[in-house]
Amino acid sequence: MANVSIRDIKKSFGPVSIIKGVDVDIEDGEFVILVGPSGCGKSTLLRMIAGLEDITSGEIRIGPRVVNDVPPKDRDIAMVFQSYALYPHMTVAENMAFSLKLKGVPQAEQKKRVSDAATSLGLTPLLDRYPRQLSGGQRQRVAMGRAIVRDPQVFLFDEPLSNLDAKLRVAMRAEIKELHQRLKTTTIYVTHDQIEAMTMADKIVVMHDGVVEQIGAPLELYDRPANRFVAGFIGSPSMNFIDGHLDAGGLALPSGTVLPLQVRPALSSDNKLTYGIRPEHLELAAPGTAGAIPATVSVVEPTGADTTLIAKTEGGSVTAVLRERFHLKPGEAVALKPAIHKAHLFDSAGIRVSSN
Amino acid sequence: MIDWLSPQEWMAVHLSLKVALTAMAASLVPGIVVALLLERGRFWGRQALDVIVHLPLVLPPVVVGYFLLLWFGKRGPIGALLNEYFGIVFSFRWTGAALACAIMGFPLLVRAIRLSIEAVDRKLEDAAGTLGANRVWVFLVVTLPLILPGIIAGMVLSFAKAMGEFGATITFVSNIPGETQTLPTAIYTFTQVPGGEGGALRLTVVSIVISVAALWVSEWMARRVRRRFLA
Repeated sequence: MANVSIRDIKKSFGPVSIIKGVDVDIEDGEFVILVGPSGCGKSTLLRMIAGLEDITSGEIRIGPRVVNDVPPKDRDIAMVFQSYALYPHMTVAENMAFSLKLKGVPQAEQKKRVSDAATSLGLTPLLDRYPRQLSGGQRQRVAMGRAIVRDPQVFLFDEPLSNLDAKLRVAMRAEIKELHQRLKTTTIYVTHDQIEAMTMADKIVVMHDGVVEQIGAPLELYDRPANRFVAGFIGSPSMNFIDGHLDAGGLALPSGTVLPLQVRPALSSDNKLTYGIRPEHLELAAPGTAGAIPATVSVVEPTGADTTLIAKTEGGSVTAVLRERFHLKPGEAVALKPAIHKAHLFDSAGIRVSSN
Repeated sequence: MIDWLSPQEWMAVHLSLKVALTAMAASLVPGIVVALLLERGRFWGRQALDVIVHLPLVLPPVVVGYFLLLWFGKRGPIGALLNEYFGIVFSFRWTGAALACAIMGFPLLVRAIRLSIEAVDRKLEDAAGTLGANRVWVFLVVTLPLILPGIIAGMVLSFAKAMGEFGATITFVSNIPGETQTLPTAIYTFTQVPGGEGGALRLTVVSIVISVAALWVSEWMARRVRRRFLA
């Protein structure tokens, strides 16, 4: 096991800059997830850690060693790919033993280590099969088994669950998390799915357009997003953003509604602010309630556990997740009351200004 | 069976097989290397190499044969060197016929292998790298088995081209019975002499049988490889 340190990493393909100076510190044994929309550079960064992509500038260390010019084979890592990358001409057992064979590990020990990993992943009955005879979930497990058998310093996962169906993805998520808790190997995991990031990570690195937007524990990002991008990216359904300006009573919306604030931010230049409130922090209130946003129901989505309400307001569409079951009809006038202490404020540059 | 063909005819069949198999075997490794260079290499002059490799496909075979005569003939720049230092002579020898056939079949061999390299999922090679394989191992253990069907297809094309090669062979090494007279040149010779129709017809039948057999064997091998190796 090892820590990984990424210092001012940049990557460009010709004139196009993909990664624009990224710093991340990954502790020994930590499960870190790089998350962001497609094209944010997260997969490229992972491939640079693996040694599959050249580093334009900056420094990557695995343990004490700078690995910038170390070929992938000598970095002591194991990578799991979205497409699984299993060898079609090898059986499950041969695929899993691949790294041991290269190292010249004796046959008996190869067999033992493969069978140990197979047992822990429930692959024992499949050892003699070829990848083409397996389902997607089984292939994913074999790919993980192949990585585990290598017993590397660092596991790298590149969107490993994206090719699986929703139900299997949830099951595999728990399996990978459990695997990490058992092996405690430093893990770097790339995904575009913020739910995967929230549920699995010790630490999340949110990336956007080649830069790191915020690094922190899942709930820290949820409770205290550093900026509008992180606020909108983490959490599902996404946070609502309503533009307004600061006045005597709180934040005034274009509709004339004034939302009270818990802490009044000190603003230097303009008074323009964006009010951010998560759908689960809105409550249904009677139309005309003070401190509530007047809205018109447009769509009601009951999920059973809760009800998602999408409503039109003067400042745009607002989503609320309501615990109780309300019988609302499209077109009905309602009001949505934010929980004051759960509100976020962002300045005109999108940086968080409130502190709660 | 032996009586069915005259000694001269047998000689042509035997020589054709020898020339074609030699041409195929000799061009295999260079073919794989060139295909890899063209498909994966990033170097100055790649385009030029591509053009040179494909020239025999578009040039008249006689032109290729004449070029070989100029360069690989006993007094040609390369031919003279090979003769002096290694004692290898191409002109008017069966080895020359094999060289001509190898060069004519080379673009076909390279194209077939290149297509199969193009189809290899690069992630499979990346994964091998992260699992501790160096580049040579990645090629031997991962890439080579995956491109085997393409290599087999290329070998058959090269063999078939060699069995039928006429223009470059006859220009470079002439049509000497027992030394450079292959099936096509023998058939041609039979059609040029009175009463040669029988020999021409018999060798035609032999040509067809060999071609069909080659196709059948390659299909069988490709199917075996695919069943064993590929999804």
